[in-house]
Amino acid sequence: MRLRLEARPQPSRSMAWLSPLLAILATIVVGFLLFSSLGRNPSQALYVFFVKPVETLYGIGELLLKASPLMLCAIGLAAGYRANVWNIGAEGQLTLGAICGGGVALALEGVGTGAVLLPLMLVAGAVGGMAWAAIPAWLRNRCNANEILVSLMLVYVATLLLSLLVQGPWRDPEGFNFPQSRMFADAALLPVLLPGTRLNFGLVIALAAVALGWIFVRRSLTGFQMRVAGLAPAAANYAGISMQRTVWLGMLIGGAAAGIAGVGEAAGPIGQLLPSMSPGYGFAAIIVAFVGRLHPFGILLASLLMSLLYLGGESAQIGLALPSAVTGLFQGALLFFLLAADVLVNFRLRIVRDSSIAGAAHAAKAGI
Amino acid sequence: MEHFATLAALTLAAGTPLVFAALGELVAERSGVLNLGVEGMMLVGAVVSFIVTATTRHPWLGVAAGVTAGAAMALAFGVLTLSLMANQVASGLALSLFGVGLSAFIGLDYVSAVVEGIKPLAIPQVSDIPVVGRLLFAHSPFVYLFHTRAGLIVRAVGESPASAHAIGYSVARIRYLCVIFGGACAGLGGAYMAVAYTPLWTEGMTAGRGWIALALVVFATWKPWRALGGAYLFGGVTLAQFQAQAMGSEIPSQLLSMLPYIATIVVLTLISRDAIAIRLNAPASLGKPFHPDA
Repeated sequence: MRLRLEARPQPSRSMAWLSPLLAILATIVVGFLLFSSLGRNPSQALYVFFVKPVETLYGIGELLLKASPLMLCAIGLAAGYRANVWNIGAEGQLTLGAICGGGVALALEGVGTGAVLLPLMLVAGAVGGMAWAAIPAWLRNRCNANEILVSLMLVYVATLLLSLLVQGPWRDPEGFNFPQSRMFADAALLPVLLPGTRLNFGLVIALAAVALGWIFVRRSLTGFQMRVAGLAPAAANYAGISMQRTVWLGMLIGGAAAGIAGVGEAAGPIGQLLPSMSPGYGFAAIIVAFVGRLHPFGILLASLLMSLLYLGGESAQIGLALPSAVTGLFQGALLFFLLAADVLVNFRLRIVRDSSIAGAAHAAKAGI
Repeated sequence: MEHFATLAALTLAAGTPLVFAALGELVAERSGVLNLGVEGMMLVGAVVSFIVTATTRHPWLGVAAGVTAGAAMALAFGVLTLSLMANQVASGLALSLFGVGLSAFIGLDYVSAVVEGIKPLAIPQVSDIPVVGRLLFAHSPFVYLFHTRAGLIVRAVGESPASAHAIGYSVARIRYLCVIFGGACAGLGGAYMAVAYTPLWTEGMTAGRGWIALALVVFATWKPWRALGGAYLFGGVTLAQFQAQAMGSEIPSQLLSMLPYIATIVVLTLISRDAIAIRLNAPASLGKPFHPDA
């Protein structure tokens, strides 16, 4: 008896939604095994990891706070991924967004711009992210350069650029030589939504992005064309859909969203520019986009899950004395299991019995 | 003259992790499998080799463990993409993200550990024996791919898996072997960094070398000798940047550190501009899953 993969005539819709749940289940099982192998009580450890962080109102605020940049970045990335445009440099675009938005905040401090300042920062961040994403888009269209590699290389360049700025020209003169900028003025900070938490206006922006993303995918011609370009490039070409335009849009939407997420971090929980503006949100957003099936509402749910993994990592560090790096381990494992479970969308598992001759021989040997 | 020999040896040392990773990936891609997980496999190879070296005090045992770890990561990727038909791009990204998380997690207790690494065997004026070994190593994928029957089969599987299947070769098995070889090489590259080059472990210590290796394969238009040259070219860039920093250059260190990444983009762009050369040289089935029934 053995297992065989059989191609389904049509992809299974129910499996498409079931496989993320299977992946989550498998990740929890791995967590269970990991925690018990490290000598922790696994059920208590899972409680500390997945439940304790969101038991309080403050915790729920943190969950939504961390979910916002993930949601934003993933919505932007999904626009490209649906069209087979692989932007994996959201982390760099986020950093550039923080640099540009933060730069505006630092430059206009004390100028008395009032209520215009925050919108200005958000626009600057979006432009910064788009500019960073435009480099791989242009090189792909113009010179056929692989956008995966170019966008990823630019992550390293962006991080070094930020480090250069906060150690050099933008360093806080009263900051005891620490590599960090001055704290932003109150007018440059996103307003807090829920008193008693750190949850800020960034969530509203992220939810708006989800809604816009849904309209773009389901209700706009451009969104439809980009999906066609991803699903059937030859057909798209025949129908006159420009691949160059698709690449530009896919990259720029991702860049703008990540750039805004960067401003959200700088003007939100951080409130200044530091050498590192994100604990890998741009990379985690890749996982969010896939676990959410590239669908805006799926991404909404997946970003909450991923945010919980971040909180769980912090909680495990305090409550279980485990390194918070366990977050990255869980994130990677989740994507791994999702991709494995996805086989069931296009294939079905069939148990193939040994051929009848072998079966008969086996029966004869058993003396039946 | 002596200075030149030292520089040459340093360049070779800086380029070596790239040589290993790029040549391994090249073989995998020649069989038609695009594994974007090189960075993750290098990191896991680095951390495992470092931990084994730190606990057993046998660096060569550490290297062997790193190679095995890289191969094991590649095996997981193979199960996803070759047995379960998952998307190769997404699975490769998953492997890289997973490798970053896994290596950070298991390496946490060893961040400030000190080990006795592998010392280069110095021959005055010439450079070192490992270099010769490296050149031999680099030679072998070339000989293997282009001058043996097995290499011909690998290339056939990469060009037209359906034809290779039709004349009786197991596409999945050949691809598994090539992917695992790629993972072992990436693990070796990581182990070299952690046990011989630095020797220490820090989170994310490969600093994008896995991705640069992927770019090198394109740069080399899937030819081993060119990948070798490209890797040492990058070794030179990395070294030049360190030298400039050490000499107290006026240029901020961050700008210098950007050099290898920008050089990668420039080189990738220049080579990709020639779309015909890429199309003629890229394995025809690169990145496409193959299922006998489908």
